[in-house]
Amino acid sequence: MIDLQGYGPRLLQGAWVTIELGLLSLLLSIILGLLTATAKMSRSWIAHRLGTLYTTLIRGVPDLVLMMLLFFGGQIGVNMITDWLYYQFDIDIFININEFVAGVVTIGLIFGAYMGETFRGAFLAVDSGQIEAARAYGMSESLMFRRIRFPQMMRHALPGLSNNWMVLLKTTALVSVIGLTDMVRVAEEATKATHEPFTFLIPVAVIYLLIASVSEWGFARLQKRYNVGFGES
Amino acid sequence: MEQLNTWFTQLLADNEIFTAQTIGYYAHGLANTAQLVLLSLLIGLMLAVPLAIGRSSSRPWVKWPIFLYTYVFRGTPLLIQLYIIYYGVVFVDGIQDTWLWLILEKPFYPALIAFTLNTAAYTTEIFRGAIKATPRGEIEAARAYGMSQAKMLRRIVLPSAFRRALPAYGNEVIFMLHASAIASVVTIMDLTGAARFVYARFYAPFDAFLFVAAIYLCLTFGILYLFRYLEKRLLAHLKPQT
Amino acid sequence: MKKLLTISLLSAAVLAGTAQARDYDTVRFGVDVPYEPMEYRLPNGDLTGFDIELGNALCDEIGIDCTWTVQGWDGIIPGLLARKYDAIMSSMTINDQRRKQVLFSDPYFTPPSAWFAPADSQITVPSKQTLEGKTIGVQRGTLQDNYATDMFGDVADINRYSTADDMVLDMDAGRLDIVFLDFPVGKSTLLDSNDGDYKIVGKMISEPKKYFGDGFGIAFRKRDKELAEKFDAALDTLKENGTYDKLYKKYFETKQ
Repeated sequence: MIDLQGYGPRLLQGAWVTIELGLLSLLLSIILGLLTATAKMSRSWIAHRLGTLYTTLIRGVPDLVLMMLLFFGGQIGVNMITDWLYYQFDIDIFININEFVAGVVTIGLIFGAYMGETFRGAFLAVDSGQIEAARAYGMSESLMFRRIRFPQMMRHALPGLSNNWMVLLKTTALVSVIGLTDMVRVAEEATKATHEPFTFLIPVAVIYLLIASVSEWGFARLQKRYNVGFGES
Repeated sequence: MEQLNTWFTQLLADNEIFTAQTIGYYAHGLANTAQLVLLSLLIGLMLAVPLAIGRSSSRPWVKWPIFLYTYVFRGTPLLIQLYIIYYGVVFVDGIQDTWLWLILEKPFYPALIAFTLNTAAYTTEIFRGAIKATPRGEIEAARAYGMSQAKMLRRIVLPSAFRRALPAYGNEVIFMLHASAIASVVTIMDLTGAARFVYARFYAPFDAFLFVAAIYLCLTFGILYLFRYLEKRLLAHLKPQT
Repeated sequence: MKKLLTISLLSAAVLAGTAQARDYDTVRFGVDVPYEPMEYRLPNGDLTGFDIELGNALCDEIGIDCTWTVQGWDGIIPGLLARKYDAIMSSMTINDQRRKQVLFSDPYFTPPSAWFAPADSQITVPSKQTLEGKTIGVQRGTLQDNYATDMFGDVADINRYSTADDMVLDMDAGRLDIVFLDFPVGKSTLLDSNDGDYKIVGKMISEPKKYFGDGFGIAFRKRDKELAEKFDAALDTLKENGTYDKLYKKYFETKQ
């Protein structure tokens, strides 16, 4: 196995943290994105406003600043509530926000805003004739979402989704600044200990390229599947 | 106005965090962020134009090295690129004795180099897409006028590609502004650096980071409106005629 | 309804008044490494150093277990307030600014701060004149950061680092003209481990108290008064029975 002066195994562990972090926050961001897109398209004035506020605020502030705010401030915010409970009612609960969870929530929250825009555009692109046809068949809203809207929306959303995922993957590197031991953090520590930056930072760059290439291939296959019946596009 | 003034003075007097000194840090940070972002965008743009033309070339030995460059810089995190340049240069033997060290000693230039190379890679791809989308008719018309390849590029292809690239480039400018926050990792006192300083000194995450987030938000809106305005002016011909 | 609310609020107030402090059978310490010789890792990854050994001895004396959590310096007080751990024992100087946030034990160690520069440096006495245009390295959020920022921030560049390690790396690289550190730490990381590359510049500094405080203390959350008192009592015992002196000799006696 690649030893890299004893840092090889830790670097691989770090790579695993990066992948886990990336996939879990992708999942969260997709859920948030679908909710946001629904809110922004809803007829309710409040839901629309809330959705817009969320996407505008998140997309106007750097990822790193949001991360520091949620990492350093999040636990304190939670504690203000639990401390208040303790002093007021003697209820002693403690909610510990673990760093990995904080990372997933933060990145998921940031990319939920981007996903929201992607999904909104894609939902709007679905031919309204399809929806009318589904109604005419007497489909319920949920069945219609599952069978008609979602699969057709995905065809339009996939390019944006794949783009967001590539950006998200690279954003995970920022958690190293805040203290999570992803592969960037391991490489940085190893650089300081051994004074050999290229030995560690370049392999990490290569791993990122590998993950990106594999995902590109995966998205191309998905695209093919969702494009069935639409010819080449 | 008078009232507003006293209200504001009182507001400032009541807190220990936002003193003249810390506001000064934020102002200084704003200047640093603006310098880093503007310089890297400017140099990146100048690099990206020839690179995009080369990337659209049919000669493989021109096309592929540029593709490799954009692929690597777009496929890896900017943080890694910054670390490689910032730490990497230090361990090149004897570099401290050369004139290069005058530039690389301060963290500003390694960061500027990393940011420039990164934005140049993204901008190259944006322009390549725009060049590729040049309508065939425009090229045919230029050919019919007997324009040389260079003249056609200068007069027809590039101006129309620039306009098409404008919306995507506006996004890249905003991305660059946000990405510049990582300069604070290599000790640069940019806006985020100032916020980290205030956080560490006063243990006040909300004050330090919400304030800086608000500044970034204003900057983002500024850029957004600037590009809206440019699009309106430069892309007027693409609008449906009334 | 209103009556119910009044009763419940009243009873809550009574309960809050009689609320007991939590009994700790394990105390989790937050610590920022490496900060040699106060706290650092052995090559096998174990934590050691003056703070760690003293902390463990104090826990033994009190009869509780203790564990150590590594936390970066600029998040170390928020981490305590956030209850990621129960106390900080990490070369933290007691001063008024921090007293507003946390509860300190009695000081257990009082080191001076000192300036360190490359051996061939021209600077002999740090002052506004000699440091003009120079680059000073400090660890972000330390009292040395506050002091250097207030005294020299207008004439010199101040580079702030997340860890002492980062700072030493940039010092080795030649990016810093001078650094300002706790003396034992500078001695161990710059003087002892780099033969003759670095030197102390000027005198050791421990005044004014506004910056340099009263020495290192263990920080607790404000509501853990009882726990702090237990540690104060244990510290007195260790000073009497010689354990403290033994550790002091082990870490700070000059190696000749």
